Amino acid sequence: MSTTTATPVPAADMDAWPKTHYWNATRGLKSWLFTVDHKRIGMMYLISILTAFLLGGVFAILVRLELLTPGATIVGAKTYNQLFTLHGAVMVFLFLVPSIPAAIGNFVLPIQLGAKDVAFPKLNLLSLWVYWLGALFSIYSLFAGAIDTGWTFYTPYSLQTDTAVTSMVLAAFILGFSSILTGLNFIVSIHKLRAPGMTWFRMPLLLWALYATSVIQLLATPVLAITLLLIAAERLLGVGIFDPALGGDPVLYQHFFWFYSHPAVYIMVVPAFGVISEIVATFTRRPIFGYRFVAFSSLAIAFVGFFVWGHHMFVAGQSEFAGMVFSFLSFFIAIPTAVKIFNWTATLYKGSTRLDSPMLYAIVFLIQFTIGGLTGLFLGALATDVHFHDTYFVVAHFHYVMMGGTVFAFLGGLHYWWPKMTGRMYNEKLAKIAVAILFVGFNVTFFTQFILGTRGMPRRYYNYLPEYQGLHGMSSVGSWILAVGFIIVACYLVASLRSGKIAGANPWGASTLEWKTASPPPTENFAETPHIHTGPYVYADEGIEGSRRAA
Amino acid sequence: MPTENDSFLFPPQASTYAADVDALYYFIHYVGVFFWVLIVAAIVYFLWRYRRGHKEGVGPSHSLPLELTWSIIPLILVIAMFLWGFKGFMTLSRAPGNAETINVTARKWSWNFEYGNGQRLTNELHVEVNKPYKLVMTSEDVIHSFYVPSFRNKMDVIPGRYTTFWFEATQTGEHQVFCTEYCGDGHSDMLAKIHVHTPEDFAKWQKESQVEDTTTPLPELGAKLYNSRACFTCHSTDGSAKVGPSFKGLFGKQEQLADGTTVTVDEEYLRESMLQPNAKVVQGFQPVMPTYQGQLTDREISGLIEYIKTLQ
Repeated sequence: MSTTTATPVPAADMDAWPKTHYWNATRGLKSWLFTVDHKRIGMMYLISILTAFLLGGVFAILVRLELLTPGATIVGAKTYNQLFTLHGAVMVFLFLVPSIPAAIGNFVLPIQLGAKDVAFPKLNLLSLWVYWLGALFSIYSLFAGAIDTGWTFYTPYSLQTDTAVTSMVLAAFILGFSSILTGLNFIVSIHKLRAPGMTWFRMPLLLWALYATSVIQLLATPVLAITLLLIAAERLLGVGIFDPALGGDPVLYQHFFWFYSHPAVYIMVVPAFGVISEIVATFTRRPIFGYRFVAFSSLAIAFVGFFVWGHHMFVAGQSEFAGMVFSFLSFFIAIPTAVKIFNWTATLYKGSTRLDSPMLYAIVFLIQFTIGGLTGLFLGALATDVHFHDTYFVVAHFHYVMMGGTVFAFLGGLHYWWPKMTGRMYNEKLAKIAVAILFVGFNVTFFTQFILGTRGMPRRYYNYLPEYQGLHGMSSVGSWILAVGFIIVACYLVASLRSGKIAGANPWGASTLEWKTASPPPTENFAETPHIHTGPYVYADEGIEGSRRAA
Repeated sequence: MPTENDSFLFPPQASTYAADVDALYYFIHYVGVFFWVLIVAAIVYFLWRYRRGHKEGVGPSHSLPLELTWSIIPLILVIAMFLWGFKGFMTLSRAPGNAETINVTARKWSWNFEYGNGQRLTNELHVEVNKPYKLVMTSEDVIHSFYVPSFRNKMDVIPGRYTTFWFEATQTGEHQVFCTEYCGDGHSDMLAKIHVHTPEDFAKWQKESQVEDTTTPLPELGAKLYNSRACFTCHSTDGSAKVGPSFKGLFGKQEQLADGTTVTVDEEYLRESMLQPNAKVVQGFQPVMPTYQGQLTDREISGLIEYIKTLQ
């Protein structure tokens, strides 16, 4: 890779601002809405999911505010139930699932492959339009009576409530197609568009992670689509699939739902693994320790993830035998996950480490995600899960994985590729302060919830016993600290667009292909097709030894 | 729930199987803390020791023996966790043959218990200490879940099916029951208490509770029923609208019904609303109240009516 001359910018101008790039290649709103450029689509996805994150975040702050005191604090029970449902639905379907793949992945994947675009650029645009359509349905549901079922839409409650369940499940149904199209595009791109010389084992680890994710998106999402359609059909036409009053089986719904939604957890977290691998390699200037183990562990997680859905239903009346099988299989997810954590840690050994803000996010990810993973062991073990199921322990575990893990990795990725996407640097000092604030805020908010859970506090409770107030209060204060952190991040990122220092092609000294073209990149990514001769993580100052090790 | 014998992390261990669940918890807990500290310590040390500019050479890019080691050791540990968890789960799930059966019906938003002798209770269950009980549970509407933190056990309660929950309490006193499957507006108020008695106290309670209360004045009887039958879940006494209309100022009021007609709230209307709750639903409320036909005596109905009259 070090031999490529794949940039339209002469080597001497690597630190300059390119004259034409994907932002200014064509102009006008129409040129964006009808673009087939993966970078523009990625940026529009980014703006969309950040809007969704803001919306979901506001719901979260309101939920925590309501829980400051037992009984009514700011809203009634019905409104509270709608708030936590909308928080979950918006965060999962509109933010987490598309976050890293559709925003960062769309931007980075083709450039890392050395390609001009994804395999099906028009399908890529369609996926964005479908996402917007799903988002419109969600917003419509918000005004058409919201929804109070929890993001899991459990039957028969979801069949009986008078809130806008039908339009919300249709929104999730539509969003699923956007996810499928992105997954399909990535799989084909990785198979067909790798630059000459880029073998599978010369791909950056982000691409392995996105590949594993795409396989899950393609195979699991249709099951969710069918399930949600059945809910809509049952509500509109009264067919008795899930409603016991019509001869249906409400637990069948849980099987269908978790057959998608457990793998979906890996749709949300495996891309984060890829981002962390990229950041750790760049800021230690070392290839990831045990590249093949890390690459295959993504695939292993994706595969085993399909056979563990029943661990959400240990107390739902499934047979003890089923509980045993699902518990056993669930523990196998722990191994590839542990391997990744150990390998990232080992990469730091004799690394050449710099603690810029993306790396700080990666470190915080490792600390928090490890807690998220280890607390999963209590939930995989049958006897302890019975006590913790549907308590705040699960809420805390889930947020340690999804927020402490995926959101921090997403932020790390955003800070890492921001100079590539926008061509400008943000205020690094503020970025470091923000990481610290987010770290404190996150742990104050969610660590307390583990203790609420072990003490038996059930989730989705509007009202609670006075003995839980101290911990609930602390958790709410944590949510305000988090809000401050996010506001700071938003401020300096927006400010950087106008006044940020020019980043240049490769501000971090990274080795993968996206750093070998200008920032922001030209529409066609590379003037000529790059040719690959080494592994992805080769750093100049390591000399010959480095390239030999990584090849 | 907090009593003198609870720990920082857990409510008291009040059932025969609670101690085993907690022991498994602490096993996983200490394994987890060990690995977390190991990883974080290694990260912090490496970050400091190998900051950019150090002159200590380059580490290996992979090591099969090392990677197998940190795959196999966790594998052994998680298999141990699985086996212990499964063993404990079988204890939690399988009621001993001599357990006394109590039927449980869950509905929005109350727990209704019926003993073998026909005695019925709402939101409270009285049992003997050191005696196994088996709850056979079903739901009238949506899925609920029966959870007793100090027993460390939980089981979903599903419409159209029976599930079971067994326990043998080892501590006398009150134990909190929560609903842990989201079931709508009253979900967080769907609470019950399990009162665990010594055999003597239990016999005493049984004797007293089976005598029909004919001496308490009607309004007072109504006030008691308002609490024991969990009317408060849906009907406030302070004028605030919950799932149903408030009882405050209700008697004598003109109510607009869902079908557009009006009705004066008198004794007759209140009685009908308890026995056929969906016959005349007040506008703005959902027809969700269950019937109390056969569950309240005539004197108890009169008591509730007299109690509502006092709330002006």
